[in-house]
Amino acid sequence: MEAIARLIAAEAATPADAKNTAAAASAGYAYGLAAIGPGIGIGYLVGKSVEAMARQPEAAGMVRTTMFLGIAFTEALALIGFVVFILLKFA
Amino acid sequence: MNGTPSPLAMAAEGLAPEVSVSRDIIKKGLWIAPLVMGLGAIIWGANGAWSAGLGLAIVLINFGLAASLIAWSAPISLALMMGVSLFGYLIRLGLIALGVFLVRDVSWVSLPALGITIIVSHLGLLFWEMKFIAASLAFPGLRPNAQEWKPSGPAEKP
Repeated sequence: MEAIARLIAAEAATPADAKNTAAAASAGYAYGLAAIGPGIGIGYLVGKSVEAMARQPEAAGMVRTTMFLGIAFTEALALIGFVVFILLKFA
Repeated sequence: MNGTPSPLAMAAEGLAPEVSVSRDIIKKGLWIAPLVMGLGAIIWGANGAWSAGLGLAIVLINFGLAASLIAWSAPISLALMMGVSLFGYLIRLGLIALGVFLVRDVSWVSLPALGITIIVSHLGLLFWEMKFIAASLAFPGLRPNAQEWKPSGPAEKP
């Protein structure tokens, strides 16, 4: 991170440019990092749901309902990261 | 090979509960749309109202798309449902990003209003629906179609 900051400072023409570039890079990192956790979480959640449906097909309806809500709740974390990104980058 | 089918080759049969959940969420979202737009107008002005409406529309389309993808893939195979859930997550995030990027320079869009509406309406609608689902699972008699639901009585003797 420090090396990237030095590179940005060396490449930028003015301190304002350096600040803008660093803000854009930070926003990109924030969005990218915020999407990793929910990706792992959704993978784990759906994998366990498939396991549960295979074990007990008669409970598939309840499992799918819970899985859908779980996916939506997990996705909220990525949406928070995305909103932070657009606010840092464009607002 | 013991002849047992792989769980991933199985398919989910029956009704698609996620479609009814998302339909319920969309219905609730449309009910609260005037309230959300009104709050946006009070806090951020006229631009805030339109942006709040756009944010709510993005959230509702996202719910509908997620449910449609799962409902489409589950009867085919559970493996496909896994893949569609994971790649669907990426695709939906990409679509949301694309939607916001396309409107970011439009004069009537207020990005703070749009962003805050996306987060608050997504979480708010989910908690609202979760409360309803939890209550209907705990007390099935409270379901709107409770007449169709009959408690199982003691087994009849032959």
